[in-house]
Amino acid sequence: MASVGKIARRTFLIGAAAVAGGVAVGYYYYRKPFPNPLEAELGKGEATFNPYVKIGADNTITIVAPRAEMGQGISTTLAVMVAEELNVSLDRVKVEHGPASHAYYNAAILEEGGPFAFFDESMTAQAVRSGLGVVGKFLALQGTGGSASTRDGFDKMRQAGAVARQMLIAAAAQKLGVAAADLETADGSILHKASGKSLTYGAVAAAAAAMAPPAEVRLKDRADWKLLGKPQKRIDMLAKVTGAPIFGIDVRLPDMVYGTVKMSPRFWSAPIKADLSKAEKMPGVIKIVPLETNYGHGFGIIADNTWAAFKAAEAIDAQWSDPEYPLSSAAISDVLKQALGTKGSVMRDNGDVDTAFADAPRERIVEADYAVPYLAHATMEPMNATAQLRDGALDIWCGNQAPTLVRQLCANAVGIEQDKITVHTTFMGGGFGRRVEVDYALCAALMAKETGGRPIKVTWTREEDMRHDAYRPAAIGKFQARLGDDGMPVAVDMRMASPSVIAGMLRRLFPSISPLGPDKSIVDGAYDQPYTIPNYRVSGIAAPVSIPVGSWRSVGSSVNGFFHEGFMDEIAIAGKIDPVEMRKRLMAAYPSAVKVVEKVAAMAKWGEALPAGKARGIAFTLSFGSWVGEIVQVADTPAGIRIEKVWIAADVGTALDPGIIEAQLISAAIYGLSAAMGQEITFADGMVEQSNFHDFDAMRIFQCPVFEVAILENFHKMGGVGEVGTPPAAPALANAIFALTGKRVRTLPLSKTVAFA
Amino acid sequence: MRLTVDGQSFDIDADPDMPLLWALRDLIGKTGPKFGCGIAACGACTVHVDGQPVRSCSLPVGQVSGAVTTIEGIGTAGGLHPVQQAWLEEQVAQCGYCQAGQIMSAVALLDEVASPSDADIDNAMGGNLCRCGTYPKIRSAIKKAAALKTAGL
Repeated sequence: MASVGKIARRTFLIGAAAVAGGVAVGYYYYRKPFPNPLEAELGKGEATFNPYVKIGADNTITIVAPRAEMGQGISTTLAVMVAEELNVSLDRVKVEHGPASHAYYNAAILEEGGPFAFFDESMTAQAVRSGLGVVGKFLALQGTGGSASTRDGFDKMRQAGAVARQMLIAAAAQKLGVAAADLETADGSILHKASGKSLTYGAVAAAAAAMAPPAEVRLKDRADWKLLGKPQKRIDMLAKVTGAPIFGIDVRLPDMVYGTVKMSPRFWSAPIKADLSKAEKMPGVIKIVPLETNYGHGFGIIADNTWAAFKAAEAIDAQWSDPEYPLSSAAISDVLKQALGTKGSVMRDNGDVDTAFADAPRERIVEADYAVPYLAHATMEPMNATAQLRDGALDIWCGNQAPTLVRQLCANAVGIEQDKITVHTTFMGGGFGRRVEVDYALCAALMAKETGGRPIKVTWTREEDMRHDAYRPAAIGKFQARLGDDGMPVAVDMRMASPSVIAGMLRRLFPSISPLGPDKSIVDGAYDQPYTIPNYRVSGIAAPVSIPVGSWRSVGSSVNGFFHEGFMDEIAIAGKIDPVEMRKRLMAAYPSAVKVVEKVAAMAKWGEALPAGKARGIAFTLSFGSWVGEIVQVADTPAGIRIEKVWIAADVGTALDPGIIEAQLISAAIYGLSAAMGQEITFADGMVEQSNFHDFDAMRIFQCPVFEVAILENFHKMGGVGEVGTPPAAPALANAIFALTGKRVRTLPLSKTVAFA
Repeated sequence: MRLTVDGQSFDIDADPDMPLLWALRDLIGKTGPKFGCGIAACGACTVHVDGQPVRSCSLPVGQVSGAVTTIEGIGTAGGLHPVQQAWLEEQVAQCGYCQAGQIMSAVALLDEVASPSDADIDNAMGGNLCRCGTYPKIRSAIKKAAALKTAGL
């Protein structure tokens, strides 16, 4: 954006590493391709073309979809990218997650890590973006997050399919003694129409894989897509309706023992005194061992079965040292307030905000204070991992969003080389950012040292899971606007303070790297929105609270979507302008945003009178490259407020699977509404107060509204899908509640102020 | 003790206080029923005992006298249960972790009410949590399953 020149951006934080002075990584390293990890594990008769495609002599076609499947449908969409170019139908292929490998690095996850809004296409922004893609390759993180998997895979995986197909055709041409141009492919076979001869892919796979890859790759035009752009049957659906053992928690190995953990209820605290004698004597208990990881201290319980381990964990009597952070939610809130009073980093600065406010008449000023709590991820499948350490080699089975990090941190913890570790990534019973962390894997790896070579499955209780998360941080914000004569805002000043997600993740995942520069995630969703206001300043301040915080579906945008869009609604009301109309005017420079707002307003028939006791609110957030507007309709009922209907319009640039995209938008909105309605993690005596679904619940089926979704493809760049429905959900609901009750609720969860049916 | 699960008989050596869920998962090897909360608050562990839906995470195995049916036992050799079929057709699952419990609750609902109303669905399914928010599709799949069952498919 225009103001970016004002911002000192020689240093800033990207995803998980600090980069000073632009892109300082070796060109040579970037150009050097990673080895194909599939070569090491080929079965008899199998040939591999690249890290994404294996074909057997029996024509079994295997596609590697190397991203975490946590419900978002990514294994299906990635497989379709390859299948489309390989010219095979989806039911013709086997899809695997594949091994942990740097070959599967995610470049797109970091691409938007620079201090630029998605729509900023200045030369500087583009240069940094491509530079960060290089950094992504340099770090070679195989990660699933940032709603980046389709964007990262779109070219790579289509090319993988196309290259393999071209090589298969070349091999077939040689074998048949015909010109490659005369060959066609269909469903796993290569045909020579003129002679009627055909060969399966499998018949020429070995010969094809030995050939040099083509210098030029031709991808299909969109008009020729048979699979992409259309809803597909998910490859994982049958397993998921039949109860198949596909999750980490379902792993069963011969001679396996079971376990659980009891980690310090105060983060980072060590045990001062511990009496294990009662627990050790309980039936079924094999051994109790101390644990120490990058995530803190505790005990691992090894037993004959999970239940015995759970019972023994309860019986451990331990005292823990005092925490290094404030003891209570009230004290934490004081630290945030103090931080908000300091200068912070200005991440957007249009016009001259100070001057604009200096002579503002009182009646033209709108002011508001907002606050959101810590939140747990509460995936349905509690944290777990299975590990086996034999002959100096470690095998680890778990659902995780970052296999190369699991490998690296387990190697450090156990004290063996990374090449002695095999990570088996399973399907995940929910991720939402929780499984970017590796604590569950570290615990299992350490406990595997204590079982004499037997495999151990370590399952956390729900209570342990709820109380040892990397939480969405609490945040507070101070907001000011000056209205012009026409009621439109002429100046806004937004400040928010929150513990730093990046600093938290570095401490746990990259303890050797110190944070440099501001944490952009504190202002994501506020500084990068497509509104033009002549004087527009957004500042973020990292508050020093070391309770573990991490990536929670949509990260900073989950906070700032609520702050920014709640405040925009307040401005509209104060300026006596319709909130849809105000947004359209402020977004005039961003046609994609305007079209989203117009679409969602049309779907909801915004502006038409509603019966008494019903009201609506709107919110819009651009996050992870997708432009999303949501309208929530609420009704006053004798039992409380009921969320009746939600309309969502989302511009994702290119929609690769409309069925999965719609499901993700609804899913993310429900995730956001659940949190907005009733979720909070609070602290007393340095410990999390909530423990299970009775005090940290989520939306139930009887509370679930009807959804209507429209997917737009107006913007020229592809956006993400998994997280983008979350940010506008909370503010649209809060704005609807204001419209219904006249109560402006600026603190989440809303259940502290209003009752829900 | 002896336990009948999905039509098969198992002799197990378990603490009678052990929840049925852990006997199924760790001792018998039926991993279809899932551990979610341990306090009957999420429904992921739902199985049937003599056709009645129960939360197996909170039912001591020593108190189980009837036949247990899990997600792994509702289909037939010939194919899926109509509820599973409807789930497949409606593409309900996302992460899928809660779905075994959801399906078992839905099967029990349809055994009781052939053509459930929205209110019936709300009542029967309210104890089954889904963090992916698949509720709209669960609702439509239950209605589709009711139609499949009535048609005898």
